[in-house]
Amino acid sequence: MAEKKMVATREGYGEALLELGAENPNVVVLDADLAAATKTAVFKKAYPERFFDCGIAEANMIGIAAGLAASGKVPFASSFAMFAAGRAYEQVRNSVGYPHLNVKIGATHAGITVGEDGASHQCNEDIALMRTIPGMVVMCPADTIEAREATKAAAAYDGPVYLRFGRAVCPVINDKPDYHFEIGKGTILREGTDLTIVATGICVGSSLEAAEKLAEEGISAEVINICTIKPLDEELIIQSAKKTGKVITAEEHSVIGGLGSAVCDALCKSYPVPVLKIGVQDVFGESGSAAALVEKFKLDGKGIYEQIKDYLK
Amino acid sequence: MNNLELKKIANEVRKGIIASVHSAKAGHPGGSLSAADLFTYLYFEELNIDPQNPKMEDRDRFVLSKGHTAPGLYSAMAHRGFFPVEDLITLRKLGSYLQGHPCMLHVPGVDMSSGSLGQGVSAAVGMALAAKMDQKDYRVYTLLGDGEIQEGQVWEAAMFAGHHKLDNLVVIVDNNGLQIDGAVEDVCSPYPIDKKFEAFNFHVINIDGHNFDEIRAAFKEAKETKGMPTAIISHSIKGKGVSFMEGNADWHGKAPNDEQYEVAMADLVKIGEALDKEEA
Ligand SMILES: Cc1ncc(C[n+]2csc(CCOP(=O)(O)OP(=O)(O)O)c2C)c(N)n1
Ligand SMILES: [Mg+2]
Repeated sequence: MAEKKMVATREGYGEALLELGAENPNVVVLDADLAAATKTAVFKKAYPERFFDCGIAEANMIGIAAGLAASGKVPFASSFAMFAAGRAYEQVRNSVGYPHLNVKIGATHAGITVGEDGASHQCNEDIALMRTIPGMVVMCPADTIEAREATKAAAAYDGPVYLRFGRAVCPVINDKPDYHFEIGKGTILREGTDLTIVATGICVGSSLEAAEKLAEEGISAEVINICTIKPLDEELIIQSAKKTGKVITAEEHSVIGGLGSAVCDALCKSYPVPVLKIGVQDVFGESGSAAALVEKFKLDGKGIYEQIKDYLK
Repeated sequence: MNNLELKKIANEVRKGIIASVHSAKAGHPGGSLSAADLFTYLYFEELNIDPQNPKMEDRDRFVLSKGHTAPGLYSAMAHRGFFPVEDLITLRKLGSYLQGHPCMLHVPGVDMSSGSLGQGVSAAVGMALAAKMDQKDYRVYTLLGDGEIQEGQVWEAAMFAGHHKLDNLVVIVDNNGLQIDGAVEDVCSPYPIDKKFEAFNFHVINIDGHNFDEIRAAFKEAKETKGMPTAIISHSIKGKGVSFMEGNADWHGKAPNDEQYEVAMADLVKIGEALDKEEA
């Protein structure tokens, strides 16, 4: 495989904010003392009059975003996933979700690839929290290109959106001329007949690697990239399950309530097949480099390959 | 312990901060260094604790509400004998008990897990409340950042502590003036900090956070204060002791590279030598 470019998804978020700022004077960006890390600093520099640092007060930031949205603005509120989805959960649920306000939550540093900061900052629960809120769109891009496009699509969509980004670099996989993003649409990145891997976020790149390794042993894996976890592209997943009869989900998130659960929800009502959920297995994270953690939690290509091999035994 | 002894220990604590953060290639030196004198005073003078018996029944409790400054806490605790000083360089590495943010399950002597800002102070209030309920006379101390106090939860905790007259509680704010995005007064001003705590029915003491006479006097005054909790506003310099880190928000959460490590250590060695001379 040719060497892939490595870029963190939060970079694409910053780039999109900059573009959106130029296009729409109603776009306002909020942060909670993490502007450099979340990449909203890029917007702050270009549009200082439309950037507000709320200080370390995430719950209040979400409430302010709700008020701005109720007044016609298009607010993007950013912090780490732990604090945007975690600390401010109830504000997101009641001040944004319930009134279905046009607030976009740009949550960075999701999952274990936060790295050295450790478990207190590694949010493996945000997809679960956000997808239970009625009307909330939940997206988790696989690379910086998808991050940029998902952010722009979120701005064009009228309603609450949760965008999940990572801190660590990951391979760019969508640098193709025919790449096109649509909310709610999954994409088959590799066709196969023996099993289906449904992946999101950084696990898309790792799943492609795993599929390559499986192919060397004559196992044909289909790889589906699901950026929009809600609303889920159920049709695409069920079609693939009908073809392969075996589904594996892969995500940098708890196996409880995340992509794996969403896929099971979809399959069990119309085409139940066995599903292996790869992800964080109901444990907290820990300190270490992002690379060391991805290896330990078996979310790299090798780890996903090994878990699938074990499962097929 | 006299001031000179405390200063010498604080300097060793600072070396431990630099060594651990450098080794981890990540972590938070700025707010660890600004609070190093406080950590030293707490662990070597103020707290009724026993490194040999970290779970001692009626020990004083300390909650590091600004959990990201774990390198300062770990270094002070290691030098006090809770665990080997040599372990400091395992900070933030895979498998180390010295996690990026303190975890009470892993580190002997850590009374509360922290890292999400604004939460430690509430736990400290709970501990102080428990002491009152059990008619115990141990005291509870908690250290917050001046950016951290932007969290609404801090003021919910303060209201409860004031309401319940928790005079066994000392809330310390490390007022180093900086958070990640810049000066606290530019980001979202928490000032006046002292007046706010006063309004929440605290006894408030302003001190120079690098002056052991003032630190000592403040903790004594806190002990003598009855019927209300005490807030100590510690005016400090972020990065204190390392020339290029002092007063610079860029050193909030960044590790020195090898070259910067040498400069930082040389700064601290020089401070140590001056203290030795003072002694002679
Ligand atoms: C709830 C929460 N939001 C955001 C963060 C990320 N964060 C870590 S340190 C920090 C700045 C803290 O500034 P301050 O309280 O002034 O600490 P100090 O200057 O003493 O280092 C932030 C925003 C966090 N740990 N917890
Ligand atoms: Mg500060």
